[in-house]
Amino acid sequence: MHPTSITKKDLLLFAVFTAAVLAGPIILKPIGAGYPDLLQKFAIYGIFALGFNILFGLTGYLSFGHAAFLGVGSYTAVWTFKLLSMNPVPAIIFATLMGGLFSALIGYVSLRRSGIYFSILTLAFAQMCYNMAYSVLTPITNGETGLQLAQSDPRALDVAFGRDYGAVLPSSDLFGLEMTGYPGFYFCAVMLIICFYITLRIFRSPFGMMLRAVKSNQNRLNYTGVNTRPYALTAFIISGMFAGLAGGLLAVTDPLAGAERMQWTASGEVVLMTILGGAGTLLGPVIGAGAIKYFENIFSAFNKGILNNIFDFLPDFLQQVAVSVSSMFVGEGWHLTLGALFMVIVIFLPGGLMEGVSRISNLLSRRRSDGGSGGTPHPEPAE
Amino acid sequence: MDAILLQILNGLDKGGAYALIALGLTIIFGTLGVVNFAHGALFMLGAFCAVAVKAVLNIQMVTIDPTKTTPWGAPMEIRQPYVEVWFGDFGTTLLDFSVPVSILLAIPIMLIIGIAMERGLIRYFYKRPHAEQILVTFGLAIVLQEIVKSYFGANPIPQPAPDVANGMIDFGILVGFEAGNVVYPAWRFIYFLFSTAVIAAVFAFLQFTTFGMVVRAGMADRETVGLLGIDIDRRFTIVFGMAAVVAGLAGTMYTPILSPDYHMGMDFLVLSFVVVVVGGMGSLGGAVAAGFLLGILQSFASMNEVKAILPGIDQIIIYLIAVVVLLVRPRGLMGRKGVMEH
Repeated sequence: MHPTSITKKDLLLFAVFTAAVLAGPIILKPIGAGYPDLLQKFAIYGIFALGFNILFGLTGYLSFGHAAFLGVGSYTAVWTFKLLSMNPVPAIIFATLMGGLFSALIGYVSLRRSGIYFSILTLAFAQMCYNMAYSVLTPITNGETGLQLAQSDPRALDVAFGRDYGAVLPSSDLFGLEMTGYPGFYFCAVMLIICFYITLRIFRSPFGMMLRAVKSNQNRLNYTGVNTRPYALTAFIISGMFAGLAGGLLAVTDPLAGAERMQWTASGEVVLMTILGGAGTLLGPVIGAGAIKYFENIFSAFNKGILNNIFDFLPDFLQQVAVSVSSMFVGEGWHLTLGALFMVIVIFLPGGLMEGVSRISNLLSRRRSDGGSGGTPHPEPAE
Repeated sequence: MDAILLQILNGLDKGGAYALIALGLTIIFGTLGVVNFAHGALFMLGAFCAVAVKAVLNIQMVTIDPTKTTPWGAPMEIRQPYVEVWFGDFGTTLLDFSVPVSILLAIPIMLIIGIAMERGLIRYFYKRPHAEQILVTFGLAIVLQEIVKSYFGANPIPQPAPDVANGMIDFGILVGFEAGNVVYPAWRFIYFLFSTAVIAAVFAFLQFTTFGMVVRAGMADRETVGLLGIDIDRRFTIVFGMAAVVAGLAGTMYTPILSPDYHMGMDFLVLSFVVVVVGGMGSLGGAVAAGFLLGILQSFASMNEVKAILPGIDQIIIYLIAVVVLLVRPRGLMGRKGVMEH
């Protein structure tokens, strides 16, 4: 059963989540992920996946175009930097709003159809945004070069408050606190925690129940006289706003926006993050996003030399075979690993890691054991 | 008037490619009820069949001719493809015609790939939700294109059309305009004829053979056909292989028009999905008609006169049409009620 109000257990989960995120640099140090650039990515893509999960996990509508909102968020944030201020707060506010606006437009049309049609329509819209960012909208998006800051940007608010960046290219800062390194991470982390709380509230609200009802049997809802489209559209807009926020944060930590962020591979990646962690679960998408970004980081850094060292224990002949096979999967070939992982997860574990965890814990003890594995309580899967 | 004719011609080859891919997609939708996001990858694999054939034909014998030297004083190396050494003039012709010759290789290979895909993966997904079908074929598409990338590299590999087809056809003269106004690359016209022939063959196959009749019956009501004691699964495997061959051939022959690279499939897939949606899900005729229609509209949108009024329209026209069609006719141009509607 899904409670429709926040229970003590939820508050505990939220507290543990907050503590875990804030202590991220320390917790993740042993696995070599305790440095700010990667942690920022964890937090940002965590937000992206959380938002995607509100749509896909709850309503079952599979959008293949969410990267478009991420890209829109990035462009908006960079433009806010250029025109208004280097302060990240207006940037992410505008990025979120633009993400919401675009998702309202695209969602309004796409949600007229469901199932496959919906996936195809969202994919088509995302490709359309991507094509336009490269061609017609070049004055706004700066085409293939990507949108960058310049010294000569107006920055109206900064000028009004008498801030002068002098002759250096400014970077975004929160009232003097530069948004790179750990301050950047903690800014993203706070956003992630806020988003997690919003998601938690949505999951436990009557609105969240309605979204689950859309997933389990839309026909029945229609028969009982409920118009499901406004609910689905609201979920779509919320997830678009999350994506816009994530895009804005990407620009905050690195003030650059390029169209490749909107490509279909990026949309596919967020789908994978969500299902890897477990669609419809609260924690799953964040964990999935972290796992993908972590492995991307590790795998991309591999090269022939490292592989040779790893397989050094093998006889020469086997070593060569092992190196040439595995080198297809690392470095430049990281996407191959991603695709293969995608298939393996969908084929064998459609419920994602969270389902795997609950399967294992069910095996270990027949009783429901919340908070049993590794000190972090895991929520029950949504189905 | 001649400008309009030229744009119609320009749209035909691209339209042909869209129609061929959309046809395969629709057949798979209709028979197996599976959304195949890997269909673009099949198109791409077909294109790389041509690349592979050309590479194999071009394997060169290196002989050193001691009587001549290079300008640097080293002995001159003479490189000559083995096929020319072995077959003489016929080998040269073979090299020249490497793209059409690749069809001979592409048909069996695509058939095997298609059948392997259906038996090895797709059939386990008949009963699973559409979302999972989309995801698993999407993963497969990534895997296929990354494998191709790791073998053939990331750059486009140009494939020349046969010399005979490299020229231009002056259509203006044929219909009585001044010469030189409506000239059109011969290979693109050949591609159009080729795609029409393949489409006709597929339709004839479905319409006039017993096998095709069973497949059509299966599209209408899979369960009943199964109850009649017909092994529908085996036939659908072959249908999947056939759709793979159609997509593959579309790719093989398209290589002189667009140099193949590893992500060409996905670009075409997105557009072909739009074509299927516009044509009407489950309607073969709709897929073909919408394919050509959208191809032609796209080429009209890329006319400079149109672009001057609406800049960038050529990039988004297809998506705009899809939106309009879905808003006005939710089932597409020729979609029937009750086909793939959930």
